[in-house]
Amino acid sequence: MADTALSDVKEAVPVDAQQAKVPTVVVDDVHIVYKVHGAGSGKGSATSALSRIITRKKSPAIREVHAVRGVSFTAYKGEAVGLIGSNGSGKSTMLAAIAGLLPTERGAIYTHGQPSLLGVNAALMNDLTGERNVVLGCLAMGMSPAQVRERYQGIVDFSGINEKGDFISLPMRTYSSGMGARLRFSIAAAKAHDVLLIDEALATGDQAFQNRSKKRIEELRKEAGTVFLVSHDNNSIRETCERTIWIEHGELVMDGHTEEVVRMYEKGERP
Amino acid sequence: MSTLSDPVSLSSPRGTDAGLTPKELAAKYHLSVSGRRPTLPEYVRQLWARRAFITAFATARLVAQYTTAKLGQLWQVLTPLLNCAVFYLVFGMILRSRDSVPIYIAWLCVGVFVFQFSQSAIQAGTRSISDNLGLIRALHFPRAALPVAFTVIQLQQLLISMVVLVGIVLANGVTPGPTWLLIIPALLLQCFFNTGLALVMARVGAKTSDISQLMPFLLRTWMYVSGVMYSVSPYIQSWPKIYQTLYSWNPATIYMDLMRYAFMPDSFNPHIYPGGTDAAGHAMPKALILPDHIWMMAVTWAVVAFVLGFVFFWKAEEEYGRG
Repeated sequence: MADTALSDVKEAVPVDAQQAKVPTVVVDDVHIVYKVHGAGSGKGSATSALSRIITRKKSPAIREVHAVRGVSFTAYKGEAVGLIGSNGSGKSTMLAAIAGLLPTERGAIYTHGQPSLLGVNAALMNDLTGERNVVLGCLAMGMSPAQVRERYQGIVDFSGINEKGDFISLPMRTYSSGMGARLRFSIAAAKAHDVLLIDEALATGDQAFQNRSKKRIEELRKEAGTVFLVSHDNNSIRETCERTIWIEHGELVMDGHTEEVVRMYEKGERP
Repeated sequence: MSTLSDPVSLSSPRGTDAGLTPKELAAKYHLSVSGRRPTLPEYVRQLWARRAFITAFATARLVAQYTTAKLGQLWQVLTPLLNCAVFYLVFGMILRSRDSVPIYIAWLCVGVFVFQFSQSAIQAGTRSISDNLGLIRALHFPRAALPVAFTVIQLQQLLISMVVLVGIVLANGVTPGPTWLLIIPALLLQCFFNTGLALVMARVGAKTSDISQLMPFLLRTWMYVSGVMYSVSPYIQSWPKIYQTLYSWNPATIYMDLMRYAFMPDSFNPHIYPGGTDAAGHAMPKALILPDHIWMMAVTWAVVAFVLGFVFFWKAEEEYGRG
């Protein structure tokens, strides 16, 4: 299926006189295979480990998963691209690979600058306070201490952590998953990104926060960035992205205007 | 929406770029391959730009470390002191090391604190990547910042316990002299050495989690052969010269000897501690010997460990955080 989609791309190159767009992410026929440790029959016993070392066999507990199979697309400056597909279709894997956290088996991913990935599980420093997390997160992203002081209040206000009392001075492990996700997004969004990858990170926030983050994504796009959004909430994809890529079984099913792709996806029709 | 019939066109280049392959397009706009490690000079520059992060991270961790303990940060000093007490009981009193080494308590405490500095930097370095995967996956920064920050934590701890160490040394009748200034360069060299080891162990620990099970044994062996709580020199005097020379290159011994000399130069003076036996036949403390070229060896270890460790860590930069 990916092959037909690919050949479509080649045939459909429009020879119009439109202005050239500036690409920020080029995904070129990417295959991703990752190794899962501790899968399989659970043979972790001492004798089996010993015999493995002696016979120099690969551990049976390592299994290879071919998560992305030959996906190609190009994203441009100022675009917000939604990624949809059922659970386990390879969306998150795709984002992790764009961020450079997963190696590609074949093909290549080219990006403008260093993409930042916001995942739902990405914990910062749980035993430190929210306040410390904001400061350290900003410093880690390369801000100077002066810039951090200047933006600190803005980040805390944006996250809305302090709306119900002084939560920012509590350790982050005491936060609910929604509060944690909100603070993480606020920290990451405090900096202008060339490419921002958001993996379900907004799903746990409340309505007011979702509205604020939509506005922030809009701003990031205006600052000539590209935003990728993985979500199972089709409405938030519709509201945020004008372009959507549908991935299924690690293959690109459809890439086009959000309206059309989401409609087909909801109907369960493949093009 | 007229483009509905032609959805794939959103991906393909337009205008003057039409017809370029993805690779050509990426090359034209100078896009870089995702997740490729920066060059070594660029990496050093990035790391230097994160120096505020390194110190802030170290301070925050240091404060958070003992929040669940009732005595709090007091443990930073209590732990090495209790270690000293145990060693004094076993090696000083039962095995009678205190008879042969001048100012034994001060000698022992300096050794324990200095060795502890290297030991804990290595242990923290081994876990620095594997314990912070969340941070590594969430934010992008040069990963060497983590092992370096953990070494800075150990340095901060050592500086705090230095206050206690100075108290112990003074209580044993040592008067501060000009050699105390040597504490600073000795500590600085050991810092670079520790950072190098922490960087090496961080990469090893990130790849092989089994190593953290093995580390306590390796470190304990190193501690016992380095003569932290007893003087090794009487035991190796009968060895062939070549082995004695090899033994003198042990970095732990070098940094401990430097610090002991800086604190208590008198104990290296054979006129003050001639050794032998007193009238009653008891053994008398014998002056310690500072090996020739010890500063040269200390500098060599610091430079070699730091440079090799840094390059070794950088070589796998793009792989940290991959699961």
